Amino acid sequence: MIALEAINVTKIYGTGVNAVTAVNDVSLSVNRGEFIGLVGPSGSGKTTMLAMLAGLLSPSDGQIMIAGKDIGRMKEGKRTKFRGKYIGFAFQANNLVPFLTAQENVELLLRLNGKYNRQGRQRTLDLLTRLGLGERLRNRPGQLSGGQQQRVAIARALIHEPEVVLADEPTASLDTERAHQVVQTFAELIHEQNRAGVMVTHDLRMCKYTDRVIQMVDGRISRVIADRAEILRLAGAADAMDGHPVPTNGKPVLAGDPIAAVHGI
Amino acid sequence: MSFYLALKEVWRNKGRFLLIAAVVSLITVLVLFIAALSEGLASANREYIEKLNGELIVFQEGVQLSTTASRIGRSRIAELRRVDGVAEVGQVGFASAKLVPASGDGEFDVSLIGIEPGLPGEPAVFEGQQLERSRSNNVIVDEGVIARIGAKVGDTIRLKVTQGTDEEFYDLTVVGLTDRRQYFFQPAVFAPLLTWDKIRPQGADGQPAGELVSNIAVARLTDPSNLEAMADKIEQDVDKVEVVDRQTAWEAIPGYAAQQSTLSTQQFFTFFIGVLVVGGFFQIQTLQKVAQIGMLKAIGLSNWTVGWTAIVQIVTVNAIGVLIGAAGTLALTANFPVTVPIMLTGPTALASVLALLAIGPLGGIVSVFVLLRIEPLRALGMAQ
Ligand SMILES: Nc1ncnc2c1ncn2[C@@H]1O[C@H](COP(=O)(O)OP(=O)(O)OP(=O)(O)O)[C@@H](O)[C@H]1O
Ligand SMILES: [Mg+2]
Repeated sequence: MIALEAINVTKIYGTGVNAVTAVNDVSLSVNRGEFIGLVGPSGSGKTTMLAMLAGLLSPSDGQIMIAGKDIGRMKEGKRTKFRGKYIGFAFQANNLVPFLTAQENVELLLRLNGKYNRQGRQRTLDLLTRLGLGERLRNRPGQLSGGQQQRVAIARALIHEPEVVLADEPTASLDTERAHQVVQTFAELIHEQNRAGVMVTHDLRMCKYTDRVIQMVDGRISRVIADRAEILRLAGAADAMDGHPVPTNGKPVLAGDPIAAVHGI
Repeated sequence: MSFYLALKEVWRNKGRFLLIAAVVSLITVLVLFIAALSEGLASANREYIEKLNGELIVFQEGVQLSTTASRIGRSRIAELRRVDGVAEVGQVGFASAKLVPASGDGEFDVSLIGIEPGLPGEPAVFEGQQLERSRSNNVIVDEGVIARIGAKVGDTIRLKVTQGTDEEFYDLTVVGLTDRRQYFFQPAVFAPLLTWDKIRPQGADGQPAGELVSNIAVARLTDPSNLEAMADKIEQDVDKVEVVDRQTAWEAIPGYAAQQSTLSTQQFFTFFIGVLVVGGFFQIQTLQKVAQIGMLKAIGLSNWTVGWTAIVQIVTVNAIGVLIGAAGTLALTANFPVTVPIMLTGPTALASVLALLAIGPLGGIVSVFVLLRIEPLRALGMAQ
């Protein structure tokens, strides 16, 4: 069942000679229980695409449908409310409210959706415990490591049982080991709870936890990899290069692979 | 939600918010002190006139309402009493004297005020008796005198008056005590007009036609509802007088208006500084929180919630500061002796406190608008 759908979406920044087409006629759909990796070189339009999927940016053209509603057409007030209810977010930075504890940060979404009751609080405790933060409930973000903060963000993105879960470079500030842990749990929860997940990432190794990899180049989808074996091959190749798809010896490692190609391999 | 976030943030950052509350409370102390000083000085100046038991004050015409320059003679009083609608008229004279305490040192200036016993101008006593006879050496003293020398009913007080080049001493018996009735910054001693006329420094002008002359007359009206019309009527019926209500009379006291406007200017500037300081503080806070606010808006907090959170926070912190400051000032000023012209009356304090409560919202308004304009897109490190 389709939870999130982009239909012929285009985003043009600026006007006239300054116009930049950041996203060019992109269509994609994400099913419930499906986790998508959005990859591509810098400037290819990933964040712009995610912002539109999140209802933070209005497309210049096309539609974004979540739970059967075109969020591009909504008024700002309504769209804000919609985001709070239907979307869960994990950002790259400034993820958490600094003066709230880990538990309170997660519960914020329950309060926002009128679900702050005993049951909701219990789910918060369970989820944070599951994420290995059972001992850290009363710590504030400043007292948590980057990986712990990102896990709190993941709990917050899921606690209110949203339709869609979006993450922008959630591993950017983590070391490799933490990054794997965080994304793996994220993927598990998305699958278990049957959410539609989209993660923008630079780190191709993280693709191994996704069900489908969508690669953007110059604002267009240049390739979609849905085959499990191929995704693993891609992640494995990236792993061999320690996550940085830059050849150490100047020679292409995966000749002919378009993803590797656009990453300068 | 707004209250939750606003108060949590204040609570978890107590130090920072306490600091700004402390600044607000100091500003409150300053504003209230200026208000108290202005009220204290004003009332030290006008108390007697303000509390007069007659609605209209009669001055000699053409003296710019100066009590010192004004002369109202006995014959004029008779005319005043004949005006329809005037119930009673009392003659009042002002002079200055020095009160010499029993110990002999620490003499101080008093207003020696001559009044006609039983007529407007005589203050009501709270202890002892009114002045009954018009040729006695009895006096009523006000709280200013009581506070300074602890005067009691039955005490004798000694006044020193300079007559020409000589110093003359007069011993008078205190028969009544009245509340604060300072006039022209001096505590007041009330004597019967005839006694007053004998004691007061005799000016070079002497006594025209041997008539008993006072400075002003105080008229009590049968119907005090239309003061202006009555004042006009008296001015028409009686020659060479100018008739005003009490407020106009005290505002004409030399220096009164200038002093009050200086103090209210000071008060306004202190208030204005408060607005800028509080505004600056919240503005800096806001600018530091742009990314966080963008994130909150992205995850679904409405502009309303974000705006209210800021307002609740500003109002709360400001109110805490004002409360601390006001409580402190009240505690301080309550214990000032009558001799210090610091006086915080209910209405003055209330007006200042209300104005001070507006410091936060006024100062914070810019930050609230900045907050409202932060785009949720900031959460992704983008801006349009
Ligand atoms: N506010 C803006 N105004 C004009 N152009 C913009 C704006 N934001 C992004 N762009 C342009 O749009 C294109 C896509 O940007 P976007 O941030 O979506 O890329 P990205 O794939 O997320 O890149 P990165 O991997 O570096 O984060 C880029 O060419 C960028 O310069
Ligand atoms: Mg990006």
